[in-house]
Amino acid sequence: MSLNNTVYCGICSYPPEYCEFSGKLKRCKVWLQENHPDMFEQLYGGEEGAEEDSSVAAAAKKLGESSIGEERENKLEKDLLRMQTKQENREQRELAKKLSSKVVIKREARTKRKFIVAISGLEVFEIDMKKLAKTFASKFATGCSVSKNAEKNQEIVIQGDVLEDVEAYIHALLKEKGMEDVKVETIDTKKKKKPTTTPEAK
Amino acid sequence: MFKKFTREDIHSRSNVKSSIQRTLKTKLVNQYPKLEPVIDELIPKKGQVEVIKCEDKIQLYAINGEVLFFQQFDELIPSLKLVHKFPDAYPTVQVDRGAIKFVLSGANIMCPGLTSPGAQLPDAPGFEKDSVVIIKAENKENALAIGRLLMSTEDIKSINKGHGVELIHHLGDPLWNFSIE
Repeated sequence: MSLNNTVYCGICSYPPEYCEFSGKLKRCKVWLQENHPDMFEQLYGGEEGAEEDSSVAAAAKKLGESSIGEERENKLEKDLLRMQTKQENREQRELAKKLSSKVVIKREARTKRKFIVAISGLEVFEIDMKKLAKTFASKFATGCSVSKNAEKNQEIVIQGDVLEDVEAYIHALLKEKGMEDVKVETIDTKKKKKPTTTPEAK
Repeated sequence: MFKKFTREDIHSRSNVKSSIQRTLKTKLVNQYPKLEPVIDELIPKKGQVEVIKCEDKIQLYAINGEVLFFQQFDELIPSLKLVHKFPDAYPTVQVDRGAIKFVLSGANIMCPGLTSPGAQLPDAPGFEKDSVVIIKAENKENALAIGRLLMSTEDIKSINKGHGVELIHHLGDPLWNFSIE
């Protein structure tokens, strides 16, 4: 007696045999083929590779396996297909939304030599703001928190002048998520004084 | 039960004392006697069980960052991850192919979906009303949901109308997607 090691689909997180009900079947299939070719063969072997003539046989076999009758099976298939297209459309919309949105990193002066950096527009990318704030806090050894800005959006506020570092980090983060094209805008409300340039003027 | 479940519903997380861990294990074995041979594999003696208290007095028990079972009142209910690891230990019913779609969106299971040719119910005497069952599907190996019987399996066979199983937890619900970092 031992434990089963169930494989879960990397796309929809279901066991692969349920992928057809997740609405992401196309991508699930690709994932399964790449990661578990043997299971792919077992699940979809009949329909893939087989051309027109044997697809009828595959359909017949499918019908034989299922008990709910041809009519209901067809209806189910149609429903699933509809669900799939719906899901795809939704994903496309979400992607477009993600690509059209932008991240704003803003540096504000607090007192003479103290700054805060506020980052907003991250929530679209499924980033856990609280967690990221914690990472920043330990990375830059500063205070960092999540708060709501004037537009009622969540933003991360970092105490300290770390604009460049944050920018680099955000770029890396977005790249990791495969969203390199997203615009990152930096707003610097007060130009940093450069003490090295002034003495030469004399 | 987990139709809406987010991080905000978590009240506290804490580690479970080893003594309580032991009682938990015995309780689990008492409820599902067939788990006994593998219980030490599921919950290693040295392993740390974590209890996550949530809204509505729901408690989740996690081992190694994976929620393995939960309870609302006294009864321990396995999560699907646990069911997939060792599926033979629980009372099981099977639904037909037509029902899968609805179950995966969280619907309660209607009796006809449990009595049609593709479905399977245990022979008499079957299970009592209110007992927790795992739900498998026609031609599928793994379970897809966990529910509570709203009528006994014998009643389902004879009445064959209305809600048969109240769904507790299914593939793709917030608990399924829940992860502890």
